[in-house]
Amino acid sequence: MHELSIVTSIVETVTESLTAYPGARVLEVRLRVGALASVIPDSLEFCYGIASEGTPLEGSRLVVNVLPVVVHCERCAQDAELDGVQSFRCPRCGELCGEIRQGRELEIESIEIDEMDKVEETA
Amino acid sequence: MTTRIVELRRGILKKNDELAAGLRQSYTAAGVLVLNLVSSPGTGKTAFLEWTLRELKARGSRVAALVGDLETDNDARRLAASGAPVRQINTHGICHLDAEMIGKHLDGWEGVALAGLDYLFIENVGNLVCPSSYDLGEKIRVALLSVTEGEDKPLKYPTMFNSADAAVITKIDIAAPCGFDRDLALRNINEIRPGIRIFETSAKTGAGMEEWLEYLAEERAGRNG
Repeated sequence: MHELSIVTSIVETVTESLTAYPGARVLEVRLRVGALASVIPDSLEFCYGIASEGTPLEGSRLVVNVLPVVVHCERCAQDAELDGVQSFRCPRCGELCGEIRQGRELEIESIEIDEMDKVEETA
Repeated sequence: MTTRIVELRRGILKKNDELAAGLRQSYTAAGVLVLNLVSSPGTGKTAFLEWTLRELKARGSRVAALVGDLETDNDARRLAASGAPVRQINTHGICHLDAEMIGKHLDGWEGVALAGLDYLFIENVGNLVCPSSYDLGEKIRVALLSVTEGEDKPLKYPTMFNSADAAVITKIDIAAPCGFDRDLALRNINEIRPGIRIFETSAKTGAGMEEWLEYLAEERAGRNG
């Protein structure tokens, strides 16, 4: 259950990035989470509401894009996407594959912000 | 309302990853082999480590250990009986060790300097989920599994086993009464982490431990870079 610390880190990182957009409010945060990242999207969303309270992220949506595991199969000499994380065999030839090309990601892809009409502010 | 999409592409655990990279550099500079031991609570990490510290010390290696638990210094006291310097890290509710905790506990560790060590063992908090996300700068992550836990543990916790560099099966002295299916366990580990080095051990009888010590010596000598 380390989703709370992960979400806290998301709130910190996003808040830091907002210094370039003073007064902006966050509408949406998009994550890329690999299937091997040990993070449960539902728990993230649950903790997100708590951690974002009182910050510019309050009320925003958290969108978790889960990335499947991609391994490199030496026998086929190409990458292959896996259906799950229960077996690291190439779906084409059945060879066990040790090289992971995708699936450990845990990153903030982008945020959507509302810059709060600057025109009005200056008017 | 003026909306805008801002690309961030920032690692969520970037802070930890940066600290871990710094630790890794200092381990390499000091010539110390650092291992991170992860398992469920009750697998026998501490007994395995007690044996390892005692034997390495008896053979003239300079060893030390950091041990993580939510509360109590029971494990540190057990491990200290080996004569090796041991420091307890109490996480007070946090389910894993992170690079910052390691850095802090290495910094103020009286009488212990990385440059004066051959091996540093980090016994993580007993948990097969969260510690897999936190790099501690270790060279080798060791996932342990006991014969009492069920052969399908690697399938249930694939992330941890997939991120490990070595796997250790503990308590093999009681494998038979537990009805432990060795072939199935080995197959499951290999299914999740193909080609991983697997040790079958008992800290009680010493079975499999020589092979483990040889592996440590080889890794320290930098056989694999």
